[in-house]
Amino acid sequence: MADAFIHLAGVKKIYRSRGAEFLAVSEATFDVEAGELVSLVGPSGCGKTTLLKILAGLHSYEAGEVRIGSSEQSFDPSRDIGMVFQQPLLLKWRRIVDNVMLPAEILGLPRAASLNRARDLLALVGLKGHEGDYPYELSGGMQQRAAIARALIHDPKLILMDEPFGALDALTREKMNIELLRIWQEAKKTILFVTHGITEAVFLGTRVIVLSAGPARMADNFKVDLPHPRTLEMKTSEKFGEFTRRIYRQLGME
Amino acid sequence: MNRDALQRYSLAVISHLLLVVAWHFFVVVGKVPKFVMPSPYDTLNALLVPNYRWLENIAVTTVEIFGGYILAVIIGVALALLFSWFRSLELVAMPLLVSLNMIPKVALGPLIIVWFKYGIGPNIMMAFAICFFPIILTTARGLREVEPDLLDLVRTLKASRWQVFVKIQLPGALPYIFSGMKVAAILAVAGAIVGEFLGSDRGLGYLMLQVQVTLDTAAMFMAVILITLIGGLLYLLVLGLERLLVVRDARLQ
Repeated sequence: MADAFIHLAGVKKIYRSRGAEFLAVSEATFDVEAGELVSLVGPSGCGKTTLLKILAGLHSYEAGEVRIGSSEQSFDPSRDIGMVFQQPLLLKWRRIVDNVMLPAEILGLPRAASLNRARDLLALVGLKGHEGDYPYELSGGMQQRAAIARALIHDPKLILMDEPFGALDALTREKMNIELLRIWQEAKKTILFVTHGITEAVFLGTRVIVLSAGPARMADNFKVDLPHPRTLEMKTSEKFGEFTRRIYRQLGME
Repeated sequence: MNRDALQRYSLAVISHLLLVVAWHFFVVVGKVPKFVMPSPYDTLNALLVPNYRWLENIAVTTVEIFGGYILAVIIGVALALLFSWFRSLELVAMPLLVSLNMIPKVALGPLIIVWFKYGIGPNIMMAFAICFFPIILTTARGLREVEPDLLDLVRTLKASRWQVFVKIQLPGALPYIFSGMKVAAILAVAGAIVGEFLGSDRGLGYLMLQVQVTLDTAAMFMAVILITLIGGLLYLLVLGLERLLVVRDARLQ
């Protein structure tokens, strides 16, 4: 069997503050295949953000193994990660297209080609015509679309998303979910999507990893075999309900 | 300019004119003696006294204010940058600066005169001393205010310290720098004038002391107005520069 794109085995992370120890992640073991969109779902304090930051190389960990990339899929940590956070974190003084360009500038990619790519990506995320706007001229949802385009500009293999739609209103959030699925299918990226929304996790994920808190541990990991493209009607289907109930059960809410 | 702005500007002009009219009537109707309070007309007339060498005095005071101010901006911003690059330097120097800021800068005047004699140089130093602190303090604060998530984002891209500084820190700090510069613009005027009061042979502050002896209150009024206008000019220049460099939404109100 070929190696998975991402492989985690027994990952453990402890935070220490003022002598007290806090177990943020324990026994995280899972594989992610290239091209998957995996939802990491759980309540606050379950370590999902910590896990994401370990994958991004921003956090150390006490025990376990983390490997990204395989013999078939090379991986360069500085060029192959795109990040999207809950806040769009656009630079207020840069026009949208220049915000999207930021990672390309930092990596020193050729400017003309990147600029073309930035325009294409803004069209992909539905922001055609807003290239020259400043962030304050855009709504929260539109700013988050720009942040997604920014995460894609350097053509990374892996996109890490930390509750990217958590600050949006419910309707915009639904809309962004559908948009994200479309972008994922067109851009063909591996996406790890952290959320505390259970329906969101099922609706987006090809697979869902459930993390529970107190103490942090991995509770479940299952495939969501709903067909693509996904539609809002699926949310009311019996099968969808089974998946969400499974998560509720794992989190002890049923 | 849209109608709304036009209306606001005209109202501002009207309120200023009203003040001058009220001043005029107060003096004329109240028969206030000229040496207590001159009328607006008398005040303007003071400009006609050649002995007062208005132009030269205006030039001297302007050089002191702008000189001290520009020096404070350059040194204040440069030091704040050094602090943000060398954290240990900030830990040593910042508490010291905060303590030094407690010194009433005006009290340093007599010392400055002892050390540097009197003239334009010491007065520039006085203006510098009084407006240096707000600039370095706000700049240092602005350079610290970077979203942690944003730093994470560029850290995954292995951004160099210089890239973080040029692309994120410095432009992000600009609104703070300008808020410090606006406060400092007003302080610089006070610094230069106090310097002239304490020891000087030229400048509008010096002129005020001269005409005080002869009870030429009209000339004193004129000097105050001119000092205010120089300060206003500096403030407007800073405001204009801010409009040019800082995107509307990023400005601190």
